[in-house]
Amino acid sequence: VQVARTLLHAVIALGTMTAVSTYSASAADISGAGATFPYPIYAKWADAYKKETGVGLNYQSIGSGGGIKQIQAKTVVFGATDAPLSGEELAKSGLVQFPMVMGGIVPVINLDGVSPGSLVIDGATVAKIFLGQIKSWDDAALKALNPGATLPRQPIAVVHRSDGSGTTFNFTDYLVKVSPDWKSKVGSATAVEWPVGIGAKGNEGVANNVAQTKGSIGYVEYAYAKQNKLNFTKMINKDGKTVSPVSETFQAAAANADWNSVPGYGVILSDQPGAQSWPMTAATFILIHKQPQDAAAAAEALKFFAWAYAKGGKMAEELDFVPMPASVVSAVQGVWAKEIKDPSGKPIFTAAR
Amino acid sequence: VADIALSDSVKASAAMSRTKILGRLRFGDMLFRNLTRAAAILVLIILSGVIISLIKGALPALQAFGLNFLFEERWNPVTEKFGALAPIYGTLVTSFIAMMIAVPIGLLIALFLTELCPMWLRRPIGIAIELLAGIPSIIYGIWGLFVLAPFLQRTLQPALIAWFDNVPVLSALFEGPPYGIGVLTASFILAIMVLPFVTSISRDVFEAVPPVLKEAAYGVGCTTWEVVRYVVLPFARVGVIGGVMLSLGRALGETMAVTFVIGNAHRVSASILAPGTTISATIANEFTEAVGDLYTSSLIALGLILFVITFVVLAAARYLLLRLEKRVG
Repeated sequence: VQVARTLLHAVIALGTMTAVSTYSASAADISGAGATFPYPIYAKWADAYKKETGVGLNYQSIGSGGGIKQIQAKTVVFGATDAPLSGEELAKSGLVQFPMVMGGIVPVINLDGVSPGSLVIDGATVAKIFLGQIKSWDDAALKALNPGATLPRQPIAVVHRSDGSGTTFNFTDYLVKVSPDWKSKVGSATAVEWPVGIGAKGNEGVANNVAQTKGSIGYVEYAYAKQNKLNFTKMINKDGKTVSPVSETFQAAAANADWNSVPGYGVILSDQPGAQSWPMTAATFILIHKQPQDAAAAAEALKFFAWAYAKGGKMAEELDFVPMPASVVSAVQGVWAKEIKDPSGKPIFTAAR
Repeated sequence: VADIALSDSVKASAAMSRTKILGRLRFGDMLFRNLTRAAAILVLIILSGVIISLIKGALPALQAFGLNFLFEERWNPVTEKFGALAPIYGTLVTSFIAMMIAVPIGLLIALFLTELCPMWLRRPIGIAIELLAGIPSIIYGIWGLFVLAPFLQRTLQPALIAWFDNVPVLSALFEGPPYGIGVLTASFILAIMVLPFVTSISRDVFEAVPPVLKEAAYGVGCTTWEVVRYVVLPFARVGVIGGVMLSLGRALGETMAVTFVIGNAHRVSASILAPGTTISATIANEFTEAVGDLYTSSLIALGLILFVITFVVLAAARYLLLRLEKRVG
């Protein structure tokens, strides 16, 4: 009995020790919340960063709206959003905003007799399909864009997101830019009043519904189209050139964007100029307080972001995300040094450049 | 004297310990009574807390839109104009169609089990039905999306559209491209989900029919059909209705399975092949990314409406079942 009791004590002591040690580790973890779209890459970065530095990242992918609410309530060190906040909103909440990583949104279709990646479509036609004005795959507009293809006489089933999402925000923002009709009838937001179609929850929901429904068209993040081996389309961009959704065309859109035109780098990358630009490219943003309550935690977060900018590019590409161009990264790090300060007015983190 | 004194003190101490023990027992009793009462009251507190927070959360939307909230179809997060008509309509229509399918089948199963089924087959069928009730709703949703919806898109839906193409009212009811998912598919899934409830409650009610009545009916030469028609069903009517209402309560609030297959579109369409939405599906879909106070408040107001609908249905069911119990007892 004595032995058993000693053993038991030892086990309890060990348990307490490990509990304490994990607690202290998690206390140093960086906490963030927000957009679901960049979650896969944030998780991958966090894993690699933890192995390298021992500092973990606790990111809750609760959606952009939730991320904005939580950073405003100061319950997390950083928030993440797909739809950028305006300069006014940033000033009101005392936040700094910067883009972290980019991705592309692609139209996906389920149509027999059309080989993957061969259908060509332009913004105005996408808007008309999602407005319910083009109802059949053999419509004259689609035939004109695809002279060689045999398009069946089949009704178009539109699939859109049923939940509010940054993907919808960027997609509808593009449609607003290319279609006055869409602008006046529907508009752009994380959730809109869809004139036609069926709604599905999340990128995976849209991908599955398109895969299940013959004659359907939807829009998803590129990674989902690729992983689910969906039939995506080419698009005609602002310069009138036909482009395919690949990493290079997403990067071209980012390179051609004028990042300083909007406060907080809140540039929406849809419909950017340039012969190579994919028209539905999107960045996702980080929000952090200018005068963080916990300066040490904010410094840890910025250290992580600096590491991700410097070393995370390859991992991002593996997951079909697109790293930020170097010019944007150095401008963002300049803003960190200038604007994010501790109570004594000293910059809390300066990236080694 | 010493003896008497001793016995007295013994008696006194005995009486003392007696009162002590009694007191302790009484204290234990009181403690237990209060503990159980507190647990019961806790339920009431939680329920009223839910109602109060629902009303409080819904207030901004109800103030902004008034009663119009119930009759407005628009659901536009961009302009912040919200109306609950499409979700309310979808909730009621899917539940109604589901009951139209599940109630007759459920009653037939229950009648077979209680009146006609050979003894050795009763348990396997009964257990199968109970298993059907135990499947989590997300499984029904996935099955509906991956198996049932593509099947309906290929087979039943084109057939329905073709059959009723030239029939005046029915052509509008079965109109449109076959999406696979939509109001009808959601109703099918709901029907499968509530079938076990209808069946098991009806079976219990049919079993409550006094055997003496049935035997008397058989005795005067009634056929099985006549016994069912003139003895079992009239006796069990109220109970069956109560059971149906309880199942309806479940169908009204079902979320995940419906979200998968209904299409989540804020529209009131005449066609039951078209996509629609329900109250719970709307809340599940949109709550996480609802930015803006009016948007959030409108979603909570939807929750309040569902609460009221379910409450009324369940209260009616309880009332009917209570009446039956009185008659049996």
